Amino acid sequence: MLWLILTLTFFLLRAAPGGPFDQERELPPEVEQLVAQKYQLDQPLHQQYANYLKSVLSGDLGPSFQYADHSVNQLIGLSLPVSLQIGFCALIFSLFCGLLLGIIAASYADRWPDLVAMIVAVIGISTPNFVIARLLILWLAVHWQWLPVAGWQGGDWPYLVLPVIALSFPYIAAIARLVRGALLEVLQQPFVRTAQAKGLTRTEVVFKHALQPALLPVVSYLGPAAVGLMTGSVVIEQIFGIPGMGRYFVQGALNRDYTLVLGVVLVMGLMMLLFNLLVDLLYRYLDPRVKGT
Amino acid sequence: MIKLRLGLLLLSCLVLAVVIGPLFAQFDTETIYWDFMASAPDETYWFGTDVMGRDLYIRTLKGGQVSLLVGLLATVVSVVLGVVYGMVAGMAGGRIDAAMMRLVDVFYALPFLFLVILLLVFFGQHIWLLFTAIGCYLWLDMARIVRGQTLVLKEQAFVESARSIGQSTRLIVLKHILPNLIGVVVVYATLIVPQVIMIESFLSFLGLGIQEPMTSWGSLVNEGASYMELAPWSLWFPALFLSLTLVGFNLLGDGLRDRWDPQMQNQPTRKSQTQ
Amino acid sequence: MTETIQQPLLSINNLCVEFRTQQGVTQAVDDLSFEIKHGQTVGLVGESGSGKSVTALSILRLIQEPPGCIPAGQIVFEGQDLLQLPEKQLRKIRGNDISMVFQEPMTSLNPVFRVGYQIAEVLRLHKKLSKKKAWQRATELLDLVGIPDPQKRVRFYPHELSGGQKQRVMIAMAIACEPKLLICDEPTTALDVTIQKQVLALLQRLQQELSMSMLFITHDLGVIADLADEVVVMYRSRKVEQATTAEIFSHAKHPYSQGLLACRPKLHDNPKRLLTVADFMSESGEARQPSAEQLQPQIKSDKSHNPVLLEVNNLKTYFPIRSGLFGRVKAHVKAVDDVSFTVRKGETLGLVGESGCGKTTLGRTILNLQPASSGQVLFDGVDVFAQTAANMRQLRSRMQIIFQDPFATLNPRMTIGHAIMEPLSIHHAAVGKQQNWQRVAELIEQVGLNPDILNRYPHEFSGGQRQRIAIARALAVNPEFIVCDESVSALDVSVQAQVLNLLLDLQEQHGLTYIFISHDLSVVNFIADRVGVMNQGKIVELNTAEEIYRNPQKPYTQKLLDAIPKGF
Repeated sequence: MLWLILTLTFFLLRAAPGGPFDQERELPPEVEQLVAQKYQLDQPLHQQYANYLKSVLSGDLGPSFQYADHSVNQLIGLSLPVSLQIGFCALIFSLFCGLLLGIIAASYADRWPDLVAMIVAVIGISTPNFVIARLLILWLAVHWQWLPVAGWQGGDWPYLVLPVIALSFPYIAAIARLVRGALLEVLQQPFVRTAQAKGLTRTEVVFKHALQPALLPVVSYLGPAAVGLMTGSVVIEQIFGIPGMGRYFVQGALNRDYTLVLGVVLVMGLMMLLFNLLVDLLYRYLDPRVKGT
Repeated sequence: MIKLRLGLLLLSCLVLAVVIGPLFAQFDTETIYWDFMASAPDETYWFGTDVMGRDLYIRTLKGGQVSLLVGLLATVVSVVLGVVYGMVAGMAGGRIDAAMMRLVDVFYALPFLFLVILLLVFFGQHIWLLFTAIGCYLWLDMARIVRGQTLVLKEQAFVESARSIGQSTRLIVLKHILPNLIGVVVVYATLIVPQVIMIESFLSFLGLGIQEPMTSWGSLVNEGASYMELAPWSLWFPALFLSLTLVGFNLLGDGLRDRWDPQMQNQPTRKSQTQ
Repeated sequence: MTETIQQPLLSINNLCVEFRTQQGVTQAVDDLSFEIKHGQTVGLVGESGSGKSVTALSILRLIQEPPGCIPAGQIVFEGQDLLQLPEKQLRKIRGNDISMVFQEPMTSLNPVFRVGYQIAEVLRLHKKLSKKKAWQRATELLDLVGIPDPQKRVRFYPHELSGGQKQRVMIAMAIACEPKLLICDEPTTALDVTIQKQVLALLQRLQQELSMSMLFITHDLGVIADLADEVVVMYRSRKVEQATTAEIFSHAKHPYSQGLLACRPKLHDNPKRLLTVADFMSESGEARQPSAEQLQPQIKSDKSHNPVLLEVNNLKTYFPIRSGLFGRVKAHVKAVDDVSFTVRKGETLGLVGESGCGKTTLGRTILNLQPASSGQVLFDGVDVFAQTAANMRQLRSRMQIIFQDPFATLNPRMTIGHAIMEPLSIHHAAVGKQQNWQRVAELIEQVGLNPDILNRYPHEFSGGQRQRIAIARALAVNPEFIVCDESVSALDVSVQAQVLNLLLDLQEQHGLTYIFISHDLSVVNFIADRVGVMNQGKIVELNTAEEIYRNPQKPYTQKLLDAIPKGF
């Protein structure tokens, strides 16, 4: 699977026109050749591909074309922890808020708390991330000066708060909507009526009997969401000046930094596999019916 | 029901505004009024002017035309791709289906967005390229949903009944499967439109969206956000229109879904990874 | 029996229940009153939509509000009006003094918790038992309701149990706190006849052991005959009759009750056509009596010399069970396992068996809707499995199928007219559109519906009407042979009788040959000339209907026959 993704990306990259060293000004041909030689771009494509695969298998993602003197391993090694930290905080935050909003909305279906929660959710989905981020900066950081405007400072918590909130916003909205829908559906199931007939309170019915089955769609959403959150967000990183992984993605693409892009794709693929595995395990734990098949 | 009506009302107002609004404009999109740089809304410049001294009223509405157009066209691309692919996989079943869905999984993992970026960087930011690229990026969800629905429909008694009277496979697809898919497809199509507009605004943020002299809500919002403190109205108006449109489409989609296919409410769909 | 004057356990007085939706107000229960005394079992009988389940749910206030609403009435339980009780006190009664067993055992248990946990939950809630003691008691309860190996099963999840076992778990849960009143809402409807018999026996035993009262809700009068002391009959949200069980069965007073009793086929002495509610009661509710002609006894003519139409030889249909990474076939489910029989022209062959016995797969395989693993089907001498696609399509006009679920057999996006037109446009396209539409109108009249409905969509019709439409569609191309796959099982008994009569009429008019598949032995007995009993993919016994029912040879057949409720 991982190999397939890597291969496809490799050839798609190469199929796209342009090269990493195309610049406004023509380089002298001999310099160009030297550079090409250094990065083995002069060899036939299949040879390059074989070489690349070999070095990836030995754990070396190759040198970066754009950032001279840095290997892709170094670049990712520096930025991945930052992205992971933000992503993890955002994941927890959006899960917490999303679940809360969703449960409130479902328990008060079609009454005002539901309406309020869903309006928040729709706004969350309907507002571009960079607008939210800048509004947060304007109010919380510039006007009231509660929090620093931007920067990273090694991940000190005041620098974490704003990017995490901005990053979480659309995910909170999505999770809230999912939870609401799933919970409303589960509450229609006959076994909820059974639980009520036992004499359980409304709260017990919702939290004990209905919530666990209702979490299933959320769990399957979590896989891709976690990957999206943890591999960094270009927008948030740019606005808050955070040295995460997301920017390499776009810069790499813009500059045709083949090895960097492939490296980022590889990391993303690995995380995708990891999270899918986790999601599967969680799913099995939550739904005993899956075990048998 | 309320959602549906509200969504419809909102969208028809917006479409009307965007189509008819420019007729009342006193300025055009490109002229720069040097004396009125970043001036607040007044009776001449209803929405104010931007930092370069251009009338925001007409720019917002014209940008809206572009945004809606891109949204709709990209949706058409993704719907056509998704429905055909999903239905073929669903009807074929077995190993072909498994292989086709595996391919979709691989595509999910591919950094598609960045291929879109590559395409745009090299071929230039033509509007047709933009919507084709976005459409190609968003068809995967549709393919999955359509395939799932087709598998369900295929097992329905009325399809078997059609086979038992000797109906050909081609006509079974046309008369029995396709008409029953339309509901789901329309619902998800309405939910794709806002995603497209969102992606377009994200590309604008990277400077890859619609290029001057054309403009779109995405790029206007982005410009406005950069000069938020200097000229807040240059953010508010485009952002308001953009958000209202997205709210409208989301409401419409949710409303249609509640009405047409209550059992599909919980299909977890991947959020586009644009953030 | 000495009638001591004592307070009834539960009395329902002038209960009204409404559902208020945007479409308007629906009266679900209208001015209903009856009582349940201590230790008494009351049967509440009615068709789907008659308001019986809503009544049951209202007792514990389990109907959803909104849209549900109880504008009037009292439900007095031990001197307290349950409708006025605050939620907190009501919860102390739910599951403790009054508990319920629901219809759908598959979905009424929470799929993500172990059954032991779900039983223990009630005990911990109301009896304040410790976790360990509650689990121990749960195990004892499972033993009490007759689940084998309760120590092991108490740790099972619901999906690991069979349907009958799940219903036993539901019952164990309901009696855990030894309630004074047990409400059973169609507890056996989803179960096979043999299981139904066991569950009914279990309920009867428990009722005596725990000396509780029981409210038993069902659409099937036969089920409660042995169980109930008193029967309340509901029709269109109202109570139409209340009497002791013996009275109802010997001389029911209300025409609706009379019709309900008469429309169910019996094992002996059936009339030529089944009587329906309409024979006893006009649309406006006036009583009338069926004519002597309608009461003529059924005589099945001897068809054993008719020419053979269908010959099935050593038919096998296996489903592979795949497992592992590459989907290698590990084993087979033998759905149809070496079946041979013949059907003669104009004859009806009944196939009976419990769910999962392979009867439906057999029907579909004969029509080549399901590929066979081996064997041969000869239809009028033609090998069905050896046809080209084009020839097969031709052949399909001669053999048809009517499915079980009337809600799924019609394409929801196709008008009734086009649904019936479809087979005509395939096979009789040459005749011309005009004439084909005329034929559609004829067909719809033949099945007893008005041609005005042709432009409407399926969702506007009731189950019985849809099944008639499905029959019209099957008849469109003048088939000789029809497989009826549980075609009347999903219908209310009175509607079922009408559809059975229609099938018999059509057989007479067109000389049709039927294979009639059903789990219901009395229905098969009524309609079939010969009956095959299926078990685990094989036909264990095949004989004339009379012989099968009078003189069963195989123990399995005997077991099935014993399980039929003996209400009649």
